[in-house]
Amino acid sequence: MLELLQQPWPWYVAGPLIGLTVPALLLVGNKALGISSSLRHLCAACVPAGIPFLTYNWRAETWNLVFVLGIALGGFIGYRLMGHPDVVAISAATVRDLKAEMHLTDFTGLLPRELFALANLANWKGWVFLVLGGFLVGFGTRYAGGCTSGHAISGLSNLQWVSLVAVVGFFAGGLLMTWVIYPLMF
Amino acid sequence: MKYLKYLVLGTLFGIILTKSEVISWFRIQEMFRFQSFHMYGVIGSAILVGMISIQLIKRNRLKTIAGEPIVIADKQFNHGVWIGGFIFGLGWALTGACPGPLFAQLGSGIGSAAVLILAALAGTWTYSALREKLPH
Repeated sequence: MLELLQQPWPWYVAGPLIGLTVPALLLVGNKALGISSSLRHLCAACVPAGIPFLTYNWRAETWNLVFVLGIALGGFIGYRLMGHPDVVAISAATVRDLKAEMHLTDFTGLLPRELFALANLANWKGWVFLVLGGFLVGFGTRYAGGCTSGHAISGLSNLQWVSLVAVVGFFAGGLLMTWVIYPLMF
Repeated sequence: MKYLKYLVLGTLFGIILTKSEVISWFRIQEMFRFQSFHMYGVIGSAILVGMISIQLIKRNRLKTIAGEPIVIADKQFNHGVWIGGFIFGLGWALTGACPGPLFAQLGSGIGSAAVLILAALAGTWTYSALREKLPH
């Protein structure tokens, strides 16, 4: 049992458990699953700067910040305490393509160090992957009114066509980056 | 104490994200390259279970543990949904993370997650400041 918990979990275990988070949050407190809102609440709490969109009672959304704190705690427990493999077991085809197209050689860890090491901030790669990438995530999710949790999981679970539009947008952007912009960058 | 339940649910959510490796950049690349079913299985089965749960809640008019009727607000359409969605998609493929995984990565001890979260906060702040000038 312990060994099973330590290994990476298959999709048919993790997916349904993620899905159950939606009714769990509704049942315990009438809350809709959505994580990108926490970024807005943090901005409203720390640097509202008189911006109307950041001037609201963010304290009423404290639950969302606590939930996100839990996610970080879960990351610590799941990765550090429960153990993890050195290499994420992605498909051989992906390894081959990433080696050939993006010149990656180090496949250990959750993220490729060659792109995400903090030392990379000294060159363009770090700025594109760490700074621009993060910026686009924060800008885009708020502009769209939700991210993978709020639109894809929560929204589609509630049969919202608006969320389907958002998810098509997510994939259009992701596919363009992977198939068109990455080959131009490397 | 009233927030303890959210801390517990968030922690479980973070453990699931971490153990299923959806917080890995490599997994997201594998997804966008259509080279594994893993991510599609996770997201698809999560939606399916969420959908069945919400139907059960609605049909049985279930209430919260505090006895309130459960209300789920409808998502409102504006053009930001697809424009912003597209912009987020570009960032998702670059960082290999959506906001949830960023916090799980931070907890797992990855230093770059701190930079990514700060950059994401800057992005959210910039959107908030420019909101009235952007097409919606």
